[in-house]
Order: sequence, then structure tokens, then C-alpha cells
Amino acid sequence: MHLDHTHSGPAAVSADAHRPDGTRRALRVGLGGPVGSGKTATVAALCRALRDELSLAVVTNDIYTREDAEFLLREAVLPPERIAAVETGACPHTAIRDDISANLEAVEDLEDEVGPLDLILVESGGDNLTATFSKGLVDAQIFVIDVAGGDDIPRKGGPGVATADLLVVNKTDLAPYVGSDLARMAADAEAQRGELPVVLQSLRQEAGVRDVADWVRGRLAAWAA
Amino acid sequence: MSRAALLVLADGRFPAGGHAHSGGVEAAVRAGRVTAAADLAEFCRGRLHTTGLVSAALAAAAALGTDPVALDAAADARTPAPALRTAARRLGRQLMRAARATWPSPELDALARAFPKGAHQPVVLGLTARSAGLEPQDAAYCAAYESVGGPATAAVRLLGLDPFDATGVLARLAPELDRVADRAVEAAREVRDEGRLDALPAASAPLLELTAQAHAGWPVRLFAS
Repeated sequence: MHLDHTHSGPAAVSADAHRPDGTRRALRVGLGGPVGSGKTATVAALCRALRDELSLAVVTNDIYTREDAEFLLREAVLPPERIAAVETGACPHTAIRDDISANLEAVEDLEDEVGPLDLILVESGGDNLTATFSKGLVDAQIFVIDVAGGDDIPRKGGPGVATADLLVVNKTDLAPYVGSDLARMAADAEAQRGELPVVLQSLRQEAGVRDVADWVRGRLAAWAA
Repeated sequence: MSRAALLVLADGRFPAGGHAHSGGVEAAVRAGRVTAAADLAEFCRGRLHTTGLVSAALAAAAALGTDPVALDAAADARTPAPALRTAARRLGRQLMRAARATWPSPELDALARAFPKGAHQPVVLGLTARSAGLEPQDAAYCAAYESVGGPATAAVRLLGLDPFDATGVLARLAPELDRVADRAVEAAREVRDEGRLDALPAASAPLLELTAQAHAGWPVRLFAS
């Protein structure tokens, strides 16, 4: 079912690249991954890296609190009107995959209220290895795992690890302390993902979020082209 | 018309945002009023004959072709708690998106334009049924069933209730659902034939209104309402 762009009223087709007024909407990038892998910290670092060159906003999907949104507010990574929180009713994967209506409302409201925007980051609540974003909600997705969650996660694969547009292996600085083998994680990830990119990062080291920010810039250039 | 459209509309997986709402059962669980299947049955029975009946009548009236803007005002008048008005409009907006994508119609477009932030969910539900070629009674059944199906699902998540018991609660409410749907259609016909909106039932559940308002202020909760 497709409603054409001249259709008046609020947009009804989620993946439509245009807003009701005909302008191109913001690129939407989803960040998912297990609890505690560093999604919110990565979002905060991306905001700091990109906010001077792009107009951006963030949607958080907390499971049972507003903590992720409040963390971003407290860290003042963006003005408060650019951060929206969606409540997910005990099922974070439902809100990003099976019933994306609340998240679509949040991204559209952000564009209406603080737009025009270049980029909206949609952060999932921490979930399991099968949680992926609907293509009706985001244009690209990043899956964030960390070395302390077990260095066998890339080998085990699953939809997030195997199919996300970018896999981030976070907290590499902790590898020696938790006995994780970074080379093995990278090799296993490559075996699962083929040509799809993998970034190993530590937000506590100098390079920080640089590689992920560069990847986002690349997606944005392709989106705007 | 295709009667099977009712199955699509009434399916809990229909992507219209309901999964994030408990219909007041989260507050009732916290207060210790719902602890097991027997309490859940009483909770659902109470909700069915109050909120459920009002919602079913609004939905049936919208499906019969009564002015949805007037029905929205009638819904407001029957929803004292601001938190529940907000939830009803948010759900109405989410349902509107799904409805316009699945059964597009000029009437849905017009209501979306009149209420860009959402009309009351039962009104949107009735108009959705109408756009799907369904009867007022189908709309009434759908609204009445939602009024108990949502809390039952939420109770399974909140209490770790045996899902077979929760489904049994719904099955045993079936004869009452029939009666509520019949009463709702009767009222909707009276509204149409006599032009009196006050023929709509105004059965209220004060405890649901009060606890919903308190629930909206909780810092930690699993459900949006």
C-alpha cells in the first residue's frame, strides 16, 4: 500500500523518504544491542562529535525508566528539545521492530518541532541478540556489543551481529581484564558478516567514537546524494 | 465487506501501539489489587462494563457514520483524567497511522487532519472499521475486546501469570462481551436516529481514572498507562 507524496495530512507511510511538505526527511540511524554494551555512551559520543556539523536529534527507548534520556540530558550532549523518550511496555524489541508506531511519532514530532534535521539517532532499550530495527523505522542500524559480554558473541552470530549495517565491539580497553581475545572477536565477526563493516572501539581512548562517526558521515553523504 | 478484516483489526499484533499500555493493570498490580487470575477476572469485568462499554459505543457510533469530531468531544467528556486523555489520543494517533496504511479512506484522512496529534482511540477505531468495510457491531466488539485483552496481556508480563489462566479469563468473559457489544450498538443507533450524543453511555470507573493519573507520575514503570 502506498500513499503518494501529494497526500495531505500527516505522513502515513513510514519508510517514505519525504516529509508531507515534500522535503527530504532526516536520515534515521538505529542503535541496538544487549544491556550495558554502551549504546547510550556511544550515542552521547556521537552527539558530541557531530553536533557542530549537523542538525541532529535523539530518540531513546527505555524499558522501564527515562534513565537513558535523562543521562543524555544531564550530559547536555544536545539541547533538551532534541531528545525524546519513547515508552516501550516491557518489550523494547516490539517498539523498534513489530510495532514501530510510537517511534515513528517521536521522529516525526522531532522533525516538526526542532527541524529541519539531518540525522536522528534512535536508541533501542537494551535487549537480546535477536533484536533488530524495522526498515520502516530506520535507514541504517548499528549493533553495539562489548568485550566484557563474552568474546564468543560474534561467533554465535544472530540477527543483530550478522546483519546490522555496522557492528561495534565496544570497551576494547577492558579486553585484558576480562580475558577477551579481540583478534578472535574480529575474525569471528568477519566470518559472520562478510563485507559488512566492524568497528572495535574504546570510548575511553583517544580515538573514541571517531570510526563510528565517520561511518555515520558516510551514510549521510549517501542519503543526501 | 470482508468479515476477515475484523481478525486483522482485532489482532494483538496489529501495529497500533497497544503493547505499551496496561489499561490500568500495572497500577492495580502495584497496589496489590490484582495478584492472580481471579483478581484479573474481576478487574477485566469492571473495565469491560465501564471503559469498555463507553469505548465500544464510541467506536460503533463512528462506524455508523456519526461525526467523529463530535464523538471525540464526547470521549473527552467521558475521560476525566488528563493522563487517560493523553493516552487515548496517543493511541488514536498510532492507530490512525496503521489504519491509513492498511485501509486508506478520505474519512480517515479528514480525521487525521482535524487531529494531527491524535483523536480518541475508540473514535479512530470505529472509523477504521468503517474504512475496512466492517459493521458497527464489529467495531464495538473490537473496542470491548481491547478493553480486556490489553490488561490480560499486561498482567501476564507483570505477574508472571500463567498465560493459559489469563486467556481463560478472557474466554469466560465472552458472553459479557457479547452483551456489551450489543448495548454499544444500540446506543450508537440511538445517537444516529435521535441525533443525541448523550445517548452514548457514560459509565465511569473512578479508580481507573485516579490510579492512571498517579501512574503517569511514577518514575519507574513498565507500561505507558
